[in-house]
Amino acid sequence: MAYEIIDEIKREEITIEDVVQSTFENINKTEHKLHSFVNLYRTEALEKAKKLDNKLKNNEPVGDLYGLPLGVKDLICIKNKPVTCASNILEGFKPPYNATVITKLIEKSDGICIGSTNMDEFAMGSSTENSCYGETYNPWNLSCVPGGSSGGSGASVSGGQVLAALGSDTGGSIRCPASYCGVTGLKPTYGRVSRYGLIAYANSLDQIGPLTKCVYDAALLMELMAGFDEKDSTSVNLSVENYTKDLKNSIEGRKIGIPLEFFEKGLDKSVKTKVNDGIKILENLGAESVEMSFPHLEYTIPTYYLIAMSEASSNLARYDGLRYGKGPSDLSGDIFDVFSRTRGEQFGKEVRKRIIMGTYALSAGYYDMFYMKALKARTLIKNDFKKAFERCDVIVSPTMPTTAFKVGELIDDPLKMYLMDILTCPVNLAGLPAISIPCGFDNKDLPIGFQIIGNYFEEKTILNFGFELEQKLDIYKRSPPVIGGK
Amino acid sequence: MIIVTSHDNIIIGLEIHVQLTKLKTKLFCSCSSKYRGAEPNTYVCPICIGLPGSLPVLNEKAVEFAMKLAIALGCKINKSMYFFRKNYFYPDLPKGFQITQYNKAGGKAFGDGGKVIIKKKSGKKEILLNRIHIEEDPGRLVHKGSIVSSPYTLVDYNRSGVCLIEIVTEPVINSPEEAREFLNQLKSIIQYCGIADLDLEGSVRVDANISIKGHARSEIKNINSFKEVQRALKWEIRRQKNFIKRNKLLKQETRHWDDSRRVTVGLRSKEFEKDYRYFPEQDLVPIELKKSYIEKIKNYLPEMPNARMKRFQNQYGLSEFDSEILVMDKDIADFYEEAVNSEKDFESKEYKLLCNWLKGDISRWLNLQNKKITDTDLTPIQVVNLVKLIEEGRITGKIAKSVIGDMMLGTPIKKILKQQGKKRIADEEKLSSICKKVIQENSEIIKDYKTNPRALEALIGKCMKETHGQADPKITRKLLLEYIEK
Ligand SMILES: [Zn+2]
Repeated sequence: MAYEIIDEIKREEITIEDVVQSTFENINKTEHKLHSFVNLYRTEALEKAKKLDNKLKNNEPVGDLYGLPLGVKDLICIKNKPVTCASNILEGFKPPYNATVITKLIEKSDGICIGSTNMDEFAMGSSTENSCYGETYNPWNLSCVPGGSSGGSGASVSGGQVLAALGSDTGGSIRCPASYCGVTGLKPTYGRVSRYGLIAYANSLDQIGPLTKCVYDAALLMELMAGFDEKDSTSVNLSVENYTKDLKNSIEGRKIGIPLEFFEKGLDKSVKTKVNDGIKILENLGAESVEMSFPHLEYTIPTYYLIAMSEASSNLARYDGLRYGKGPSDLSGDIFDVFSRTRGEQFGKEVRKRIIMGTYALSAGYYDMFYMKALKARTLIKNDFKKAFERCDVIVSPTMPTTAFKVGELIDDPLKMYLMDILTCPVNLAGLPAISIPCGFDNKDLPIGFQIIGNYFEEKTILNFGFELEQKLDIYKRSPPVIGGK
Repeated sequence: MIIVTSHDNIIIGLEIHVQLTKLKTKLFCSCSSKYRGAEPNTYVCPICIGLPGSLPVLNEKAVEFAMKLAIALGCKINKSMYFFRKNYFYPDLPKGFQITQYNKAGGKAFGDGGKVIIKKKSGKKEILLNRIHIEEDPGRLVHKGSIVSSPYTLVDYNRSGVCLIEIVTEPVINSPEEAREFLNQLKSIIQYCGIADLDLEGSVRVDANISIKGHARSEIKNINSFKEVQRALKWEIRRQKNFIKRNKLLKQETRHWDDSRRVTVGLRSKEFEKDYRYFPEQDLVPIELKKSYIEKIKNYLPEMPNARMKRFQNQYGLSEFDSEILVMDKDIADFYEEAVNSEKDFESKEYKLLCNWLKGDISRWLNLQNKKITDTDLTPIQVVNLVKLIEEGRITGKIAKSVIGDMMLGTPIKKILKQQGKKRIADEEKLSSICKKVIQENSEIIKDYKTNPRALEALIGKCMKETHGQADPKITRKLLLEYIEK
């Protein structure tokens, strides 16, 4: 676990250089199978390791992630390092600034960025199959997808390459790979973590969050990355709680909401069984479950995709090849021909599709029918949650309706793929925090994710519930076959 | 055949974009907005060139400035303020959308309604406003040579993100002259608000909608100064009238004002039939404009030109005409008030004299030099001294006129007079000999005088010339009459 490594380093039982060296050894052993990374920064990571080792020798104060290697999803800006969103259109782009989370975790807390992780292009996807670098594979079964869009981060943590990685979650992009790869993934309340330096997919839904081996590590990272940032007007000025301290609070007498609709259609039997087992564990710990209805769940998928695609069509308009990126292949025609050619050639198919659909939904004559209607449905979904939280402290459900599917299995059935987000994306529409923790395996030995949704800024509560469940289940340390587990 | 004669058949609506040049920084980043004369692309940052991952942060001073103007124009200020995205592709628009405000699709303008009162020969007229709102300026395209012959186009993003206010009138303007008068009044109000210096190059852009009653309207884009507006409107009215005369059908279209050729040019319809897909900008949170805040700004607002005009009439006994001329330019009006109030003994006679000097010779000099009074070294005290010297009979009006140029450059009047030896000649003996000389040399004029008493003025002029304008005109007149009668 990350916190253990940090403690060992601080107790001088191991040097950061050793930690970084062994991280790269692990990556060397598994990367050709997993393909979690799109860029690795071995030399710089080792240099920084040496520098950090000196801090302790010189009795200088050290940060809370002191020496911890981190993977960073390829859409979070790191100063002077390439960031591409797994898209050809951003080839060669190096931002001149750090995302706020990078400043907080790497600069202030002494974490070490060891590389950027693979993802679906511009975070559009649930499988990490839509990447200009090719797919990432699931450490539990290399013929399966790791989930997406933060699939590289999920696979790298699950496959033992790093103990923690950053992802972003727009409709489930942290929780889906966490579920499929059997790790912990937390999507914070919208506004809890600064989005400055996060390349937008759908800016009213996006949040950065951690993927880790255990809940404690997620709490530790959240403590360090959350908080108000004057550079992000949507970040909220609320003090950050001490998440690691509150993990072990008793959940006795607290109420778990069980939204019946979340357990209905399209759920794998094993998923249902294991999640229900998880609920029983929480009940045995003294929590009380309350069944409730979530009437507008059926509107979630169209609402989510309309909003996300509309926003994406605008957010991605800046990629015209004029100021950064690969640039146009050919300058013939007028400027609009050049823009169209660049965008047509350098965006992947899924991205082009979503831009076109989003453009359509915002067009004159369709705006009221699509975008405005989606905003109204979003309000209804928010209200469902609002009502639910009047009766409970957390809401629980499966994270994904199924376990990881085969690479290529759904590539020609986009609708089925979109439906995979049905249990995660309502959380983004409402802007709530949610965590996914592994709660068991199906008969193919693929991990199942347990989702705990909290009220606004109740990261503390979902971490607390997650920790209790994780400790009782005690499966979080299990390793996938790719690193010799079984 | 239709012949259009009456101006009342002309319908004009204006959209005026004004840069808030008095803001130190841009609308959504901390780059300086004083970009004029700077090296291209040096006043930029990740936000104003729309680098991936950057987020806008609203400049609060811009809200204050917009509020001042909204109050001065009598707009209804909307309590909640939020932004929209206007989506279109253009090389000068680095994000592929402009952050602006919108009064449809659930949006609200910054201020609705309002009016500007203009003077017409037939009395006063209210020009009603539709709305005002805040938005960001795009960058600037720079062509080598003309737009047609240039082999390439350069983009300068220094201007990108500078704060604009858009003022939209109702279609209630009935002539190019009214448009001009409206813009003059608007310019004056903006100057009084202290939010912009509209004499700066590129600080103003106007689009005009113009039609002749019963016919299709055209929109003229890209009029880059208030002066050009009248010219462009005149040209376009002529064009439309000619069309109607020749029984040709006018079509609704967008035209471009070519200020070098001074004609409007039709644009290819493809370029301008745009759907801007306005939708909410959610990177910025809505701002509540509290009543107390609006009241506070209101209290700080200086006296506006109309009120000041009335006060000038009451307090200084100036005519409506004179006070309007003084008041239109706030700097002149401030200068005037400082001057009249610097001398306790001054009364209405001196008030009028000071006014005459300011609106006459001083304004003429400023116009010729294309300068503002604040650009010169002239001080109010100096003009007061000038008036005093004339009143005491120590210099003539003619001498006074001749020294204005030097005074504008900052030389005190007494020093100029000393250097040039210019003083009124009141010595009768000295003047007698000059008068005699003039009478001897101009027997023709003397003859003339017998039938035309006004010929005396010519003789006085000759005496003035002899004395370089120093002869006291009263004494000279008296002496000349004496000698001629003899
Ligand atoms: Zn800037």
